[in-house]
Amino acid sequence: MSRIQDRFAELRDMNRGGFISFIVAGDPSPARTINIARTIIDAGADILELGVPFSDPIADGPTIQQANERALKACTNPDKIFDIVHEIRGFSDIPLVFLTYYNIVQKRGMEKFYKDSADAGVDGILIADMPIEESTQALKTARTYDIDQIFLVAPTTSDTRLGHILEHASGFIYLVSLLGVTGAREKISTTTLELVKRVRPRTNLPIAVGFGISTPEHVKAVIDAGADAAIVGSAIVNIIQENLDDENGMMEKIHEYVSRMKQGAK
Amino acid sequence: MDKGRFGRYGGIFAPEPLMYALEELERSYYELKDDEKFQTELNYYLREYAGRPTPLTFCANLSEYMGCKVYLKREDLVHGGAHKLNNTLGQGLLAKHMGKKRIVAETGAGQHGLATAIAGAVLGIDVEVYMGEEDIRRQKLNVFKMELCDAKLIPVTSGSKTLKDAVNEALRDWIANVETTYYLLGSVVGPHPYPTIVRDFQRVIGIETKKQILAKEGRLPTAILACVGGGSNAIGIFHEFVPDDGVRLIGVEAGGEGIHTKRHAASIVAGSEGVLHGALSYLIQNDDGQIGSTHSVAAGLDYPGVGPEHSMLKDIQRAEYVSITDSEALDAFDLLAAKEGIIPALESAHAVAHALKLSQELDREDIIVINLSGRGDKDVMEVARLMGREL
Repeated sequence: MSRIQDRFAELRDMNRGGFISFIVAGDPSPARTINIARTIIDAGADILELGVPFSDPIADGPTIQQANERALKACTNPDKIFDIVHEIRGFSDIPLVFLTYYNIVQKRGMEKFYKDSADAGVDGILIADMPIEESTQALKTARTYDIDQIFLVAPTTSDTRLGHILEHASGFIYLVSLLGVTGAREKISTTTLELVKRVRPRTNLPIAVGFGISTPEHVKAVIDAGADAAIVGSAIVNIIQENLDDENGMMEKIHEYVSRMKQGAK
Repeated sequence: MDKGRFGRYGGIFAPEPLMYALEELERSYYELKDDEKFQTELNYYLREYAGRPTPLTFCANLSEYMGCKVYLKREDLVHGGAHKLNNTLGQGLLAKHMGKKRIVAETGAGQHGLATAIAGAVLGIDVEVYMGEEDIRRQKLNVFKMELCDAKLIPVTSGSKTLKDAVNEALRDWIANVETTYYLLGSVVGPHPYPTIVRDFQRVIGIETKKQILAKEGRLPTAILACVGGGSNAIGIFHEFVPDDGVRLIGVEAGGEGIHTKRHAASIVAGSEGVLHGALSYLIQNDDGQIGSTHSVAAGLDYPGVGPEHSMLKDIQRAEYVSITDSEALDAFDLLAAKEGIIPALESAHAVAHALKLSQELDREDIIVINLSGRGDKDVMEVARLMGREL
């Protein structure tokens, strides 16, 4: 069993929802990413998602776009990110998932990207601009290196497409909670809850809901609707952005925020 | 799973939330494509509104100067000043048939934004145009024209604040509003079905050219030249001639300050393959796969990618791709104005500049056709500035 499967099995045994935290690797610098990851893990996150930055992240809103830009400005590249993962693996067994864009994988060579990811200790990969239609090679490579290939499902995903995605996905299903790009929002929409209810009976894979989640109430709402976990990115990236000059304050606020969100998943 | 491929290039590299819209677009397009009523309506607008067919002008002075027969396909005479309207009228009508009430578009130089604003005005659809802050500053005239045509302009402040970032923002808008909004992409780039749709709406250029050259000369040309940014005017004129092996097809990319520098936009000549904005094609990128910044004196060529069909034509060696520097393009801009009284767009001046080089190896009876994709009104202020002239 993969670390991702193990973690969801534990959560089910404890009858609890999971909390998945997203940050961009290298934001604001490769060195500080390690401290931020440690803080998030200490505060109780169940899975850590690391964005591998891309210059043109079309599925992301302004918050994560700017995080990508900060990371690239700090000279973050895939080699440095594999080093970050090695370091995290030195102190934690948390399931780690990469989120990136096709060109980053393609340029390194798909085979090499997946092999390096597996060697470093990455458990799953989601390529934001790779729909199921373009995934043949990635799926094959992911199987070779025992990496979970994670896919997005959106409110506009048809039942036919959903069927294809569920047939090939592993790890968990990443539900995009609303139409739009990533970013923190005030309210959780009914579309989200309906989507969870539509997908739930069709799969045994864990369901994680992301895009627009920022409060413990949001987390509770999606878990109550039948999801296994909630994913938060922009809200944490906002804390990073607002505390760039105050390392201690940044860590305190992240710790406090992640602990609070984790409570929402109970 | 080889949808929308040109050889190995193209494809649908789009986030899942967009797949519904891309499938809907593909379905609607194939339903309408051969529908007689739709074609009649489109032809009506192309003829009565855009001013098609455009002339194929024989240039006596330029022919004398170059030592071969030179023809210009006059897309500069299309309403709005460029070939862009062929596509925006086609897609505008498609949007209307799909019942979409709002169109978003990206623009670099402003020609596609203006052509979309024009089509939106005449077809009665709201238009919002994403344009990089940097381009808004460089292209004030087109910004004002778009606003006159009642389009709303949205400044883009992310990334390099130019065309590629305008595409990113338009895509993000579309992701958030897929159910009500039509994304009117301006070149033969993007995820399937865009490269096919835009190509089909621009094919009219080559279809007319073939008829015209056969009527005038009774034979096909030696070579056809067109500038290539995303590559829509080039595909438009090339496509009809692809089966005619004897006709050289030459795409001219923006060499900027020279392809040995980092300041150019020659994706095919100096780039490598990768995925940007939904398709696999040649790109300007670094070793990690980050998209590079580009430069060209012609804002319409200032884009790090190129249409996937061009990448295929390059690989199968059916078309040749070359680059022309800023200064060579500026010289050709002057030359065409002085010799023929035609002021070309700086984009199109790249094709004229390469024709000049090519003519050295041609004979008096050789025929070349240059696709004059747009007129230079939008560029005269900038050219005057570069010449140190105050207007």
